[in-house]
Amino acid sequence: MWKFTVRRIGIMIPQIALLSLLIFIMAKMMPGDALSGLIDPSIDPATIEAMRKKLGLDNPWHIQYMDWIKGVAQGDFGQSFRFKMPVTELISQRLVNTFWLSLVTLILTYLIAIPLGITSGRYNDSWADRLITGYTYVGFAAPLFIFALVMLWIFGFHFGWFPTSGSVTPGLSPGSFEYVLSKINHLLLPSLSMALIATVSTVQYLRSEIIDTKQKEFVVTARAKGASESRVYNRHILRNSLLPIAAFFGYEITGLIGGTIFIENIFGYPGMGQLFIESISLRDFSVVTSVVLIFGIASILGALISDIILSIVDPRIRIK
Amino acid sequence: MKNVHLPDNTQDADRSPSGWIIIWRELVRDKLAFISLVFLTLIMVFVYGVSLFLDQKEIVTVDLFSIHKAPSKEFWLGTDYGGRDVFGQLIIGTRNSLSIGILVTVMTGVIGITVGLISGYYGGKIDNIVMRIVDFFMILPFLMIVIVFVSVSPKYTILTFSLIMTAFLWMGKARLIRSKALQERELDYVQASKTLGSPNIKIMFTQVLPNLSSIIIVSMTLSLAANIGLESGLSFLGFGFPESTPSLGTLVSYARNPQTLEYRWWIWLPASLLILVLMLSINNVGQALKRATDARQRRG
Repeated sequence: MWKFTVRRIGIMIPQIALLSLLIFIMAKMMPGDALSGLIDPSIDPATIEAMRKKLGLDNPWHIQYMDWIKGVAQGDFGQSFRFKMPVTELISQRLVNTFWLSLVTLILTYLIAIPLGITSGRYNDSWADRLITGYTYVGFAAPLFIFALVMLWIFGFHFGWFPTSGSVTPGLSPGSFEYVLSKINHLLLPSLSMALIATVSTVQYLRSEIIDTKQKEFVVTARAKGASESRVYNRHILRNSLLPIAAFFGYEITGLIGGTIFIENIFGYPGMGQLFIESISLRDFSVVTSVVLIFGIASILGALISDIILSIVDPRIRIK
Repeated sequence: MKNVHLPDNTQDADRSPSGWIIIWRELVRDKLAFISLVFLTLIMVFVYGVSLFLDQKEIVTVDLFSIHKAPSKEFWLGTDYGGRDVFGQLIIGTRNSLSIGILVTVMTGVIGITVGLISGYYGGKIDNIVMRIVDFFMILPFLMIVIVFVSVSPKYTILTFSLIMTAFLWMGKARLIRSKALQERELDYVQASKTLGSPNIKIMFTQVLPNLSSIIIVSMTLSLAANIGLESGLSFLGFGFPESTPSLGTLVSYARNPQTLEYRWWIWLPASLLILVLMLSINNVGQALKRATDARQRRG
């Protein structure tokens, strides 16, 4: 297992290096630099030129790249020219919101997927299975943003059951019970919308896994030994089919990132996805590059975690 | 024991039906897929036909006297915030969305197939390097990178947009084709052809490729649906088509204004439903094709 883990980390390091290089190139393609925000008639262009030199913006690209990497490694992402504050500070507020949104979505995804997948796989070709398969069929085709809009329209505006924007009701003091309740209330509709779509592939996977495992010989043996139906499922079939799913959560991160961009913009939820779209529309590029870098590293790490967990759960992967 | 007389019209055992016949049977057998195919054909004919007689410039011209009109006889689906006819935009938007979906699918197909074939056919070192590159591209936060490139590209046109999308979408196909080519290259016909001295390029593209055609058709159909979804998603966020060339996503994007979302359903709901129905139909056809390529799953 350690051999696999070390080798897997060995693959990850060049991936992160390439990612940072790609983002650096993107940053260089963007118009303006860290000082464009300071340009104002009262400042002498010569001063700016001097500052540019001092910050090393005239250096050749590879030195600039190393400087940038050094800064990022120390948690210094530069300045946001729109908010006039360090990007690190700006992002840390938003990151917490996105973290909660993603966490609740992940939990809901599994809460929906596991019972549906098990029902569908265990009683395949029953009416319940047909209903669930129909849902996955539509959910597979439906784009997230359209589904989320319809959810917001129906439950947010039409019925008014949920708040339609923000992450908390303004005016509540942080830490109080009402504050937490309001946070959860604001989280529910966005995360449910995302989970209902994200869960589809897991349901489909679980269903076909269970149907496959049902016919394996060890299950027949277990039945022949006289194990009860619930024991066959809980001890023999589910143990085989559920573990890989538990490991998939790392891969889900990549999907979640794409999802939060849509969801946060539709539900007006102040997280990273919303910050990203706002910043790119206002050309606040130091924020943009930082968000892309953080999300990129998050999905690389997610894949790493999933691969390692999978290798523990399923020894066949290690040998390959 | 009675002698069983088989009717004379049974099929010759050594002549299996051709691929197209199998696909056709599967489509006819699966009612949903058949209806979807008919629906798609009708939509395509209608949209491409009618848009020949529609003037895109006229439809996207702002008319300040008819802002946010509800559906009426004059404007079948009302008007948007610029007083533009939603129904006309819906037709042109469907055409644009379908066109770019097809364009991106074909481009990703060509790149993915070429890369996958080369990687899988040669195997070994080349395969290793190519697959590492593919792995890297697959892990990128696709949506964000595309949005950044869209907003920094200096001369932004429909073609640039589809090129950017293609640049980050070819990997799935490459991986699929590669895995199939790896299996294919071990087969006798490839070895025989090599022994006869055929150049590798010829074996790859004229002998291996035709054997993968059914998988390619299936995966292209399914990714057409996905690409239409992606394009409309990007347009929805405001990083797809410019407003002067509306797509289905552009119409949905007006719903980002809460007022429009709450009170003016005619602007965004028809486009949303159309995207959903289009993607469902393409998926239905794709699933039927998928079954046709796998003899165990066939219904027809």
